[in-house]
Amino acid sequence: MDVVMLSRLQFAVAVFFHFIFVPLTLGLSVLIAVMQTIYYRTGNETYKRMAKFWGKLFLINFTLGVVTGITLEFQFGTNWSRYSEYVGDIFGSLLAIEATLAFFLESTFLAVWVFGWERVSKKMHLFAIWAVAFASNMSGLWIILANGWMQNPVGYVIRNNRAELDNFFTVLSNPYAWGQFFHNMFASWMLAGFFVLGISAWHLLRRNEEDFFNRSFKLAAGFTLALALLVALQGHNHGNTVARLQPAKLAAMESHWETQKSAPMYLLAVPDENAEGNAIQAFGIPGVLSLLAFNDPSAEVKGLKDFPKEDRPPVLLTFLNFRLMVGLGTLFPLLAGAAFLFRNRLQDKPWLLKALPWAIPLPYLAIMAGWAVAEIGRQPWIVYGMMRTTDAVSPVPASSVAVSLLAFGAVYTLLGVLDIYLLRKYARKGPAA
Amino acid sequence: MLETIWFVLWGLLWAVYFVLDGFDFGLGTLLPFAARNEAERRTIYNAAGPFWDGNEVWLITAGGVTFAAFPKAYAVMFSALYAPLLILLFALIFRAVSFEFRNKIDSPGWRKVWDVFQFLGNFVPALLFGVAFANLFMGIPVDGDGVYHGNLLKLLNLYGLLGGVFFVLMFALHGALWMGIKSTGDLHDRAVALARGIWPLLLCAALAFLVATAVYTNLYVNYMKFPPLLVFPILAVASLLTTRFFIASNSVGMAWVCNAVFIVCVTFFGVFGMYPALLPSSMDPAFSVTIANGASSPLTLKIMLTVVVIFVPIVLAYQAWVYSVFTHKITDEDLEDEHAY
Repeated sequence: MDVVMLSRLQFAVAVFFHFIFVPLTLGLSVLIAVMQTIYYRTGNETYKRMAKFWGKLFLINFTLGVVTGITLEFQFGTNWSRYSEYVGDIFGSLLAIEATLAFFLESTFLAVWVFGWERVSKKMHLFAIWAVAFASNMSGLWIILANGWMQNPVGYVIRNNRAELDNFFTVLSNPYAWGQFFHNMFASWMLAGFFVLGISAWHLLRRNEEDFFNRSFKLAAGFTLALALLVALQGHNHGNTVARLQPAKLAAMESHWETQKSAPMYLLAVPDENAEGNAIQAFGIPGVLSLLAFNDPSAEVKGLKDFPKEDRPPVLLTFLNFRLMVGLGTLFPLLAGAAFLFRNRLQDKPWLLKALPWAIPLPYLAIMAGWAVAEIGRQPWIVYGMMRTTDAVSPVPASSVAVSLLAFGAVYTLLGVLDIYLLRKYARKGPAA
Repeated sequence: MLETIWFVLWGLLWAVYFVLDGFDFGLGTLLPFAARNEAERRTIYNAAGPFWDGNEVWLITAGGVTFAAFPKAYAVMFSALYAPLLILLFALIFRAVSFEFRNKIDSPGWRKVWDVFQFLGNFVPALLFGVAFANLFMGIPVDGDGVYHGNLLKLLNLYGLLGGVFFVLMFALHGALWMGIKSTGDLHDRAVALARGIWPLLLCAALAFLVATAVYTNLYVNYMKFPPLLVFPILAVASLLTTRFFIASNSVGMAWVCNAVFIVCVTFFGVFGMYPALLPSSMDPAFSVTIANGASSPLTLKIMLTVVVIFVPIVLAYQAWVYSVFTHKITDEDLEDEHAY
């Protein structure tokens, strides 16, 4: 394998592993802040115990999110130095702002949250939890502004052989970034909702601490349903943005080869990139692709054949990940809807209590698939239409990258296994421990 | 002018990082030597407990600011130092995880494993930062395209290793003093004794480094050109002597502050000696990444300056507040707390 492919694989390992931990951090911090607020307002000790129990799981998860995040900051320089040099003027500043505004706030007030139960006032302690929730979500905004700029570069001018900032406000108001931000945030909050539902259901089925887990379940049920609907809605909106700004990605998502008006959507399709078409396509519904992409059943949708071969993203991977995401995204409102509907008579619905723990991994899978669509679908560009991935890689020997990739694989596997083991252990232990 | 301001800020961020994470490095490095039993080991972990994560963000910010203000320096530095940076990264990963995982399973063997990682996760970064910065002071073999012509072993030269030993001792003293601040009884006494033992070694290493710097690097050229800068090496030596004075009078808090001043002065001494280069090339001065050929556009530098001038003081204020909340001595009660490491 060449250095480009090895570096891409390494980045994929680093970013996907990082993103196992981040979405839960984003959503669970908000849910815990709500629990602690209820405790602060009512003085009901159960909510304090809830904040502590879910907080413990939050922390086990959080630490790996932090350390795997440092990896990413290093990766841009170690493995993508040509890219860093070319776009650092814009991309680097967004990362530096993320650290200055969000990471300090998050890490410093996390200490107050964890170690400050008896050392600061109740009000200050509550503020600390909200500060962590706010800061972690704000860090998401800055990093997605940075990623959004790679997807849809705006507000720059090519000068001195690099991309230089021309208008900071344009970079901050990038419509692609904001669409991606909300889609991602809704999904992450929903994931945290399913996490709480799943673990609560596991305990309710065994009738452990029923009051405690009933309250946790009810708190999460409406939240999860609302977000499952929002993420789908925003997914559609963001799809429109992709159709407008990244037509090649959209075509790959649907494995759509021929430019046509009233483009159909095939329920079954098997892409064949060599033959520039689909080996199998069946159950086409006329006009649906046009409708979904442009909110107009007769709109023209550009096909892959209209893009030069060297400008097309890998079709099969983009297509499969998109289908996986959309499929799961359709399942989520149904599952969350059932949880919400039966939230007051859960013990009559053992099938639901049995199913929900198994649903915990699904939002993770959907989010991974979504990011795979965003990143693989952007290829062959590292910055869409501006810089190719092949021109972005560091001048380091392939052997160095191969060694570090193996090291990442080994270390991350070990940490992932340990983390899941500990999360499971403490989730099963329940709040009594 | 804007570039020079950013160069100074860049040095300042590294200095703050070394002062803050430096005592974490020291605590972890001394862990196997200072603690005699489980309660003492946990005291050392919890001495860093509320701080290490916030301290580490200064590294992320130093890296991020290098990326934003001097993208070419960030690009060449990180790709040229590929192997040492990845070792540093893995060490920091294991350090963080050892805090979080160590107390999660009640087994002596499990804890012992994480104690080893806590040690390595602090000792290795301390050493690597010393080696890396010494090599930066000396210049590293990069060509005009930013391609590195060397390998990991080339960095482990005499001056680089001296830098590594110097940093390890500097941070070890810093950690010993922090341990003295946070502990009582036997552990406190042992921490002070360790500080007393490390100090002469650190003095020797510091003096050797000052002399070797004249031999191996061009840092002193700036000091000859602009003698007022000599205040930093002079203040460094003075604060190191004052540190010893306060150790002798058993004021560990003051000694820690003096050692912090020492760390800042050492960082400034090196960084200002490199000016205007961020990454001097040992192959040809023309290949060096400097503030002239490595800086971002004036617009980016201005925006980033605004962000930093507003937010860094705010960060310092709330971090100082958190330090004031948690500087108390660690007691048995603290160790029994369910959230303690």
